[in-house]
Amino acid sequence: MNHAVEVRDLTVAYRERPVLWDIDLNVPEGVLMAIVGPNGAGKTTLIKAVLGLVKPAAGEILIYGRSFESQQRRVGYVPQRGSVDWDFPTNVLDVVTMGLYGRLGWFRRPGRNERASALQALEKVGMADFADRQISQLSGGQQQRVFLARALVQDADVYFMDEPFQGVDATTERAIIALLRELRSAGKTVVVVHHDLQTVPEYFDEVLLLNVRRLASGQVDEVFTEENLRKTYGGRVGFVGALAGTAGSAGTVGAAGRAGPKGPGGLSGLTTKGTGPG
Amino acid sequence: MVVAAACALPGVFLVLRKMSMMSDAISHAILPGIVIGFFATGDLGSPILIAGAALTGVLTVALVEMISSTRLIKEDAAIGIVFPALFSIGVILIARYAGDVHLDVDAVLLGELAFAPFDRFIVAGHDIGPRSLYLMSGVLVVNVLFIVIFFKELKVATFDAGLAAALGLMPALLHYLLMALVSVTAVGAFDAVGSILVVALMVGPPSAAYLLTDRLSVMLALSAVIGAVSAVLGYWFAHLLDASIGGAMATMVGVAFFFTWLLAPEKGYVARQRRRRRQRWTFATKMLTVHLLSHEGLPEAAEECREDHLTDHLRWEPAFASQAVRVALAGGLVSRRGPLLELTDAGRKHASRAVVEI
Ligand SMILES: Nc1ncnc2c1ncn2[C@@H]1O[C@H](COP(=O)(O)OP(=O)(O)OP(=O)(O)O)[C@@H](O)[C@H]1O
Ligand SMILES: [Mg+2]
Repeated sequence: MNHAVEVRDLTVAYRERPVLWDIDLNVPEGVLMAIVGPNGAGKTTLIKAVLGLVKPAAGEILIYGRSFESQQRRVGYVPQRGSVDWDFPTNVLDVVTMGLYGRLGWFRRPGRNERASALQALEKVGMADFADRQISQLSGGQQQRVFLARALVQDADVYFMDEPFQGVDATTERAIIALLRELRSAGKTVVVVHHDLQTVPEYFDEVLLLNVRRLASGQVDEVFTEENLRKTYGGRVGFVGALAGTAGSAGTVGAAGRAGPKGPGGLSGLTTKGTGPG
Repeated sequence: MVVAAACALPGVFLVLRKMSMMSDAISHAILPGIVIGFFATGDLGSPILIAGAALTGVLTVALVEMISSTRLIKEDAAIGIVFPALFSIGVILIARYAGDVHLDVDAVLLGELAFAPFDRFIVAGHDIGPRSLYLMSGVLVVNVLFIVIFFKELKVATFDAGLAAALGLMPALLHYLLMALVSVTAVGAFDAVGSILVVALMVGPPSAAYLLTDRLSVMLALSAVIGAVSAVLGYWFAHLLDASIGGAMATMVGVAFFFTWLLAPEKGYVARQRRRRRQRWTFATKMLTVHLLSHEGLPEAAEECREDHLTDHLRWEPAFASQAVRVALAGGLVSRRGPLLELTDAGRKHASRAVVEI
C-alpha cells in the first residue's frame, strides 16, 4: 500500500525537553486519520514538524515517499483557530485567497482566477455570503470554515488540520465531516487533531494515540481500545475509568460509546480535554 | 514629510505584528552600528553607516527573539534588556573614542537626552542638513518598493506565519528584511528628526489608520498620509510657537491619533457610543411593539396598552417610556388613540419580525 505520510524515528525537543519521542507513523493514502492525546501531548508539534515549521532533533519525514520540500504543493494546512490575529485588517475572501499564494509563487498577484476559486471554496463550506465580511466579525465556527476553505483552495493531496472541530456547533461539525468525507472520496488523505473521543470511530478510519510517544496507531477498530486509551491518557484521568464502565466487554470503545447505557449525556465527559502530563 | 511617510509604512507591519516596542528598541540599539560605521569610514553619510545600522537592528531583533524564546522572560522584558545594552555600547564608544562627550545621570535616565552626545557627534564637523533629505527620499522609495513587491508575502507572513512557511514563502527571511528596513528607516529618520519622533511616526499613524479601515492596502496608504499631514501641521505649529519641530510633529501625531480614536466612522469612540444608543432604542421599540401585539384585541388591552401603564408593566422609567413611545410614534410603528397606544400595520409587522428573531 502507498503511504501518504511516513514518519521515521521522529524526535522533537524544545531545548532539552523532548516533546515527541521516537515517533513512527504511516498514514495510508486516502484515509481520514485522527490524532488524539491529552493537552501537551505534542499533537500540534507533530503536525508542525511534518510541515517543517519546527526542526526535529532526529528522524525523517516523507510525503508520498519524498521530502516535504519537494512535495510542498501537495500539502494543505489548517492551523489551530487561535493561532492568528482575527483583528487583522482583511476580509474573508482575502484570507481564503492566501491559500493560493504558494502556487502563485513570489511576486505574482492574485487575479480574477484566484478570486473565482476562492469563492468556489467558500461556497463549498457554506460561507459564500460572507466573502466581503471583515474577519473580525466572524463567529468561531465561521472562522473555522474560512480556514477550511483556505485549505480547499490549496487543492492539496494530503491535509493536516489542527482541531477543526474546536468550538463549533453540531451543524458546523456535520458540515465539516461531510467535507472531509468528500475529500476522502476524491482520494485525498486527511490527518486531523481531534479531542472528542466519542466520535473517533464514527468519523475516522485510522487513529494515532499520542502522548509524547506513539502509544498506538492503525485502523480505528483495531487500536482504539480502552487499554490503549488508558495508556495514552494515563491512570490520572478519571473519565477513562468511566469509559471502562460503559465499554463493558465490547471490543472497541466507540461501539460501546454509542450504545452505552448512559447515553450521550453520561458520556459527555469524554469530550472534555484531558489533563496533560505536568 | 518624507520622513513621516517613510516611517509610517514599515510601522504598519510593526503595529500589526504587535511589535510596536521593537521600533523603540531598534531606534536606540542601532547607535553602536552607526558609531562603528562612522569609525570605519569617517563619513556620516556613507552607505556603510546605514548597513551597519541595519545589521545592528537585525541583531537587536535576533537577540530579543533568542532571549524570549528561552521562555525564561517575556518579550517586552527581553527588549528592555537588549536595547539599553546595545545603546550603552554605542554611548561608551562615543565617550571613549569620539572625544569630549560628557554623560551625566540625567542623560542616562532620560533616553531622549541621552541622544545629546550623539547629536553633538553628528555636528562635529559635518553638515548633513540637506543630505538627510536625499537619504530619506531614498529610504522612502526603498520602503515603498519593498512593500509593493512583497505585499502579498508580507500580508500572509504577518497574518499567519505558519501558513506562509507551509507555502514556502519564507516568513523568517521576510521578517528580518523588514526589521533591516525598520533599522535603515530609523537611522535616516533620527538624523533628520530625533529618536522619540521616530517611534511616534512609526507607531502613531499606523495605529490611527488601523481604526479607519479594514483593508491592509488602505491602511498602508492612510498611515503614510496621516504621517505626512501630521508632519506638515507640526512644522507650521512649531514655526508659529517657535517650538522644537520634532516635538511639534510628535504632538501632532498624538493629536491625529486622538481624533481618529474619537471620530473614526466605525471603530471610533463616538460612533460606538452612538451605535450603542441606537441599539438601545431599537430594542426598546421592539419591546413596546411586541408588548402591544401580545395584548392586542384582548379584553385587558384597555388596561395594558395605556401609555402610563408601561412604567408598571415593562418596569421602564417614565422618561424612558415616553421617549420610547416618541421614537415608536416617529417611526410610524404605533399610533395614539386617547390614552391608548395602538399598533399600526408597520408596527405589527415589526413586532412579529422581532418575535421571530428571538
Ligand atoms: N515554542 C515552544 N517552546 C517550548 N515548548 C513548547 C513550544 N510549543 C509547545 N511547547 C511544549 O511542547 C509540548 C507539546 O505541545 P503541543 O502544542 O504540541 O501540544 P498539543 O498536543 O497540541 O496540545 P493541545 O491539545 O493543548 O493543543 C507542551 O508541553 C508545550 O508546553
Ligand atoms: Mg495543539
